[in-house]
Amino acid sequence: MNLSRYLKLYAALWKNSVSREMSFKGNFLLWIVVELLWFGLQLCFVSVIYSQTESVGTWTKWQMVLLVGASNFIQQLYQAFFLTNCTNLSELVRTGKMDFLLLLPVNTRFLVSLRVVDLGAFVNAIFAVCVMTFAAVKLGLHPSPGQFAGFGALCLAGILIHYSLMFILATIAFWTVRAQGIVWGYYNLFNIARMPDEAFRGAFKAVFTFALPVLLVSNVPVRVLADKLNAPLAWLLLVGLGCFWASVSEWFWRVSVRRYTSASS
Amino acid sequence: MKKYWHVINIGLQNNLAYRFNYLTRTLFSFIPLFAMVSLWRTIYDHNGRAGDASGFSQAQMIFYYLLVAVVDVLTAVNEDDWQIAADIREGNISQFLLKPIDYLWYRLCLFFSGRLAFIAMAALPLAGFIYCFRGYVQPPAGGMALPVFIMSLGLTALLQFFISYAMAMLAFWLLEISTFIFILFAFEYLASGHLFPLDVLPPVLKQILYLTPFPYQLYFPISVYLGKVAGAELWQGLAMQLFWVLAAYALARFMWRRGIKKYSAFGG
Repeated sequence: MNLSRYLKLYAALWKNSVSREMSFKGNFLLWIVVELLWFGLQLCFVSVIYSQTESVGTWTKWQMVLLVGASNFIQQLYQAFFLTNCTNLSELVRTGKMDFLLLLPVNTRFLVSLRVVDLGAFVNAIFAVCVMTFAAVKLGLHPSPGQFAGFGALCLAGILIHYSLMFILATIAFWTVRAQGIVWGYYNLFNIARMPDEAFRGAFKAVFTFALPVLLVSNVPVRVLADKLNAPLAWLLLVGLGCFWASVSEWFWRVSVRRYTSASS
Repeated sequence: MKKYWHVINIGLQNNLAYRFNYLTRTLFSFIPLFAMVSLWRTIYDHNGRAGDASGFSQAQMIFYYLLVAVVDVLTAVNEDDWQIAADIREGNISQFLLKPIDYLWYRLCLFFSGRLAFIAMAALPLAGFIYCFRGYVQPPAGGMALPVFIMSLGLTALLQFFISYAMAMLAFWLLEISTFIFILFAFEYLASGHLFPLDVLPPVLKQILYLTPFPYQLYFPISVYLGKVAGAELWQGLAMQLFWVLAAYALARFMWRRGIKKYSAFGG
């Protein structure tokens, strides 16, 4: 009953987003081009890297293409559902529009997180799948259904991690008004999510594996897909940290909303 | 001249209000640079001959990314293009058509003060970042390298600003220009050497890129410092950079004049 109500609500939000995107068709297409260009840039970088060496740790060229593709796939799906909403949160707080959302008889976090859908990102996610398929063919991979399922589930865990971490950053808006810069700062973490984990050592690797696990987000799913899982428990770590950060973000959200004082009063 | 000093002063005060923002932005921006350094280290450790073709030793490669961070802090355009576009869209430029103040010089002053405020806030994290890799820091190559590097830095800043300014003029014709800014930024990111030193590319590709203004936005001053260009090439490069600055300035002026004709001051 409750679930079906939320599904109906979400369908309405989708409809809203579609009609909004379609009223600026040119802009919609241009954003797809922008994202494609940046994706192409990352692939250029891979080819430059592998003109200097034949492997980074144990990662070969096409494995890294698979990694960049998967990382982009995860990032685009995250972007489709959550990114705009996370970056908008500080604006909602600053202008006092939060009042209106708090009054609605729906879970506020649901509304705040899923209000806008970025449809262009789905198109770019498809391009990412094309690149991954190409790399998989080059590598001669024949993943089993189990590997596909594992890859999919781990991608979901990765999206959960990106969402939880960025939502925590966005929630800082309740404490300081100028939080938008902090939210965009998270973009820098996407940059390291597409790098092979074996390129890192020491404290840097520890922080981005165990604390802010962006190095797991795309590396672990790709390792599952490419038969190169080095530690069998890596996937458990990814899922576990996903749950951990999701609970932290929920706790922080509740604490922060309590601090909300409307902008106008 | 005095009025522009006031602009710089006000700009400085406004910008310092965002100091927390600047600090976090600088700190975050070092993460990918750290990652890049680690990546190249792994490559050089694996393949000792990695730098043979490009002429970049492992130490130079690491130092390269430190210099990218430094040049970026000193010369990069922050949010000037977005602000200029917003000024046009929201009709704020109307007042400049009446006042004896030139909008381009006004924005250049604000860019200058924005950089000063940014440098003040970024200096500490930047120093920390360099300290982490202090073993790789090298002195400028040769006696001429330092003065030319500094001159080239000034031209780099101007080039960055004029290109952004010309780009922002599109706001006279279009409602939304962020896509265009990001497309330009993608080309700059690759062709100016942000992602990797251009010497890593095959020579033909590098020569093609050198026909564009992009390498002069970052790569040229750094290669001067590292001594990758010297002798006659040095002066030729500097002259080319000056040429691109003037060209970008002319383009900025041209776009403004065309734009003003079209401008109809919504709500201004």
